[in-house]
Amino acid sequence: MTEPVISVRDLRVWYGSERGPVRAVDGVTFDLRPGETLGLVGESGCGKSTLGRGVLGLLPRGAKLAGEVNYEGRNLVTASPKAIQRLRGPDLGLIFQEPLTRLNPLLRISDQFEETLRTHEPGLSKQDIRHRSIEVLRAMGIPPTRYRAYPHEFSGGMRQRIMIALALVLRPSFVVADEPTTALDVLVEAQIIGILGDLRRNFDTSLLFITHNLGIVAEACDRVAVMYAGRIVEQGPVTEVFARPQHPYTRELLRSTISLSTTGLHYIPGAPPDLIEPPSGCRFHPRCPSAMRVCPEQFPEQVEVGPQRVECWLHGPDELVPEGGREPLVREEITVADEA
Amino acid sequence: MPTKPELMTTPEQSAERPLMEIRDLKVHYELRGSALARLVGGEGETVKAVDGVNVALRKGEVLGLVGESGSGKTTLGRALLGLVRPTSGHITYGDLDLARMPQRQLRSVRRRLQMVFQDPHAALNPSMDLATAIGHPLRIHKLVKSKAEARERVRETLERVGLTPADQFLDKLPAELSGGQKQRAVIARAIICGPELLVADEPISMLDMSVRAKILELMLELGRDLDLTYVYITHDLATAKFFCDRVAIMYLGRVVEIGPTEEIFADPKHPYTKALLRAVPDLDPERKVPRDLPRGEIPDAAAPPHGCSFHPRCPFAFEPCGWEARDLRAMFERRWIRLGEDALAREEPLVGELTEVDAHEEMVRVRAGGRAAELTALLEEARADEPDDPLWKGVERIESDGGAVVVRFRPGIDPGLLRVNAVDVACHLHDPNLSHDH
Ligand SMILES: Nc1ncnc2c1ncn2[C@@H]1O[C@H](COP(=O)(O)OP(=O)(O)OP(=O)(O)O)[C@@H](O)[C@H]1O
Ligand SMILES: Nc1ncnc2c1ncn2[C@@H]1O[C@H](COP(=O)(O)OP(=O)(O)O)[C@@H](O)[C@H]1O
Ligand code: SF4
Ligand code: SF4
Ligand SMILES: [Mg+2]
Ligand SMILES: [Mg+2]
Repeated sequence: MTEPVISVRDLRVWYGSERGPVRAVDGVTFDLRPGETLGLVGESGCGKSTLGRGVLGLLPRGAKLAGEVNYEGRNLVTASPKAIQRLRGPDLGLIFQEPLTRLNPLLRISDQFEETLRTHEPGLSKQDIRHRSIEVLRAMGIPPTRYRAYPHEFSGGMRQRIMIALALVLRPSFVVADEPTTALDVLVEAQIIGILGDLRRNFDTSLLFITHNLGIVAEACDRVAVMYAGRIVEQGPVTEVFARPQHPYTRELLRSTISLSTTGLHYIPGAPPDLIEPPSGCRFHPRCPSAMRVCPEQFPEQVEVGPQRVECWLHGPDELVPEGGREPLVREEITVADEA
Repeated sequence: MPTKPELMTTPEQSAERPLMEIRDLKVHYELRGSALARLVGGEGETVKAVDGVNVALRKGEVLGLVGESGSGKTTLGRALLGLVRPTSGHITYGDLDLARMPQRQLRSVRRRLQMVFQDPHAALNPSMDLATAIGHPLRIHKLVKSKAEARERVRETLERVGLTPADQFLDKLPAELSGGQKQRAVIARAIICGPELLVADEPISMLDMSVRAKILELMLELGRDLDLTYVYITHDLATAKFFCDRVAIMYLGRVVEIGPTEEIFADPKHPYTKALLRAVPDLDPERKVPRDLPRGEIPDAAAPPHGCSFHPRCPFAFEPCGWEARDLRAMFERRWIRLGEDALAREEPLVGELTEVDAHEEMVRVRAGGRAAELTALLEEARADEPDDPLWKGVERIESDGGAVVVRFRPGIDPGLLRVNAVDVACHLHDPNLSHDH
């Protein structure tokens, strides 16, 4: 197997708040190999964006970071802000959801590309800059005739493609895309997902793809990580995880997704927990249809189930489950309105 | 084989009188031109947000309005409630025509016609507690005598939408609610006066996947229990398929296909509907979205394409679909995306003038000076490179005329709705007079 591009170990991120620290990411471990796309899914507030930004060292002030993000032999968590700043762009890229707010409205597209390339690759000639930029814009389906236009002259879908081009023109080896198509229509979304697919085939870029849409994960990702309350509760190859989800949360998320073959509605009762005082033991236990007595008592161990890595007592290890721990858990009823 | 199409003259022939009948509805927005244009007496642009829509809303049905953003769904939905003033056409509701009613009278009708908005965070006043916000319509329409009575009605309605126990919610502010709870409150406010019609504009698109099903289920229950008719606006085909009895697919202000949900999804007839359905990613990782989806994006509604407004993107477009100068320009842009900078540098000076011709002419005349022969050759080369581009079906002739090259297009026809089985579809492919082999 090839070496991972990026290797995250026990990453923790917390935000300060009046009531105490918000543990938005609480011990996350994963690897990304060259050219691989990892989908990151989970309900709102489970810590997906925080994880994506944390990996790139792009957290707001006041946020704290611990653990390891290993990239090319060094831990970015302990690296100096200056060192990370140098990596951002040429090595690590980020694509956001709202393209309009990220493109400078006063600058022509050509100027934004020049500025980016000048900052990170000062040796390039004007001719080279133009060439590199137009090449990547073409790959995104932007006509070279529009190189000198302003952002407002493009539609939303085109602006999002320009944003992607702007992240890719530096040929980063690792990119975080945080809901890059959520604001777009199905046809444009399909075009952009196709483009992102080409990207990893042609440039070997590794992608952490954050989305709410499980259909997009099935379409665009090699592996998937399911996040709940700051933890990755299941990860593995998309085909396996979607065909045989091993964690009850993954299973329930898949069941509650409305697709073209939906014939009945299903949902998970309740809402993701407050991350200041999350539930004890397995954080999903108040909502889990399979919850057992052991679940609120002890934090579940990480176990391998086939190609998946899962954090759930259903999969043992048996020797750690106390006497009677497998009995069903008795809980209070969750009201309908008590939701996300 | 589609059955023989018939031209539709009346919107629907349902036995029962429709709840609401929309005829030839147009909502055009005048955009002010630039200051300079106004100074020299130039006209501003017109956006045809809704451009000739005919629909009869049946009592108790769920009608979906589906389309990409900018297709006119919200404008149409708002027009149904008298929230925007139509440019022309009729909206018959009982004995009234909402399209031409004075604002004051509209206000009293609006008790029966309500809207649920896309963004529940923006729909609620942040400084108003739920008892006040949800009870507000009762006071406006003078349906309660006292504050206590209003509070009691709000309490009942909160229970009805699942915000229970109601006493815990009455005095809450929107900021204390989750997204799904806010949307429940917005729905409570919409149903408190006992409406007949609820226009729900993307009511779940801003909510988490796991909450969407809950809100849809609530809407289904309310529809059953309160005898509601729904207009459900969405760009999400999966929820439309689950929730709607009938679906109207909209594109640039027009309904391009309308019919029973099962038939639209099992046998989509308009190329746009087909494309939308193929673009929805499936939960099965083995089933991939095809790569040959329509190119480009929904065009600017202020300058819609000639003929069928979908033609610049339509993979099946043919002779009568409305070819024009802009399509030639778009063809060159696609060519330069494919061939890159060198081709651009070589060819752009030659076709540069294409950007200056009037977009609506069925003929383009490019002054090429001494290079007319070169330009003609380039056009032929472009055709030879991509002979399957539908554009070439629309090009009747390329000829040189002195120092100019003239490209003539076949005349375009604006497709009207045609009946095919139980569906009405606006596409020339289904017109036997225009289409021979489809
Ligand atoms: N700047 C911040 N300060 C304090 N708390 C924050 C901040 N940003 C996020 N949080 C909290 O951290 C948790 C995780 O948030 P995050 O935005 O990472 O979730 P997410 O999974 O990306 O959600 P969504 O799907 O809505 O984008 C939430 O409880 C959120 O309220
Ligand atoms: N108040 C307005 N003034 C001018 N143009 C408008 C206004 N509201 C909508 N439009 C335009 O009308 C068209 C249809 O918009 P809309 O009804 O919001 O479509 P949808 O809901 O399908 O996205 C768009 O081109 C939009 O920009
Ligand atoms: S550990 Fe227990 S509560 Fe958690 S997911 Fe597994 S069964 Fe459910
Ligand atoms: S009329 Fe039909 S075939 Fe022609 S462009 Fe429109 S949708 Fe395509
Ligand atoms: Mg997020
Ligand atoms: Mg809208």
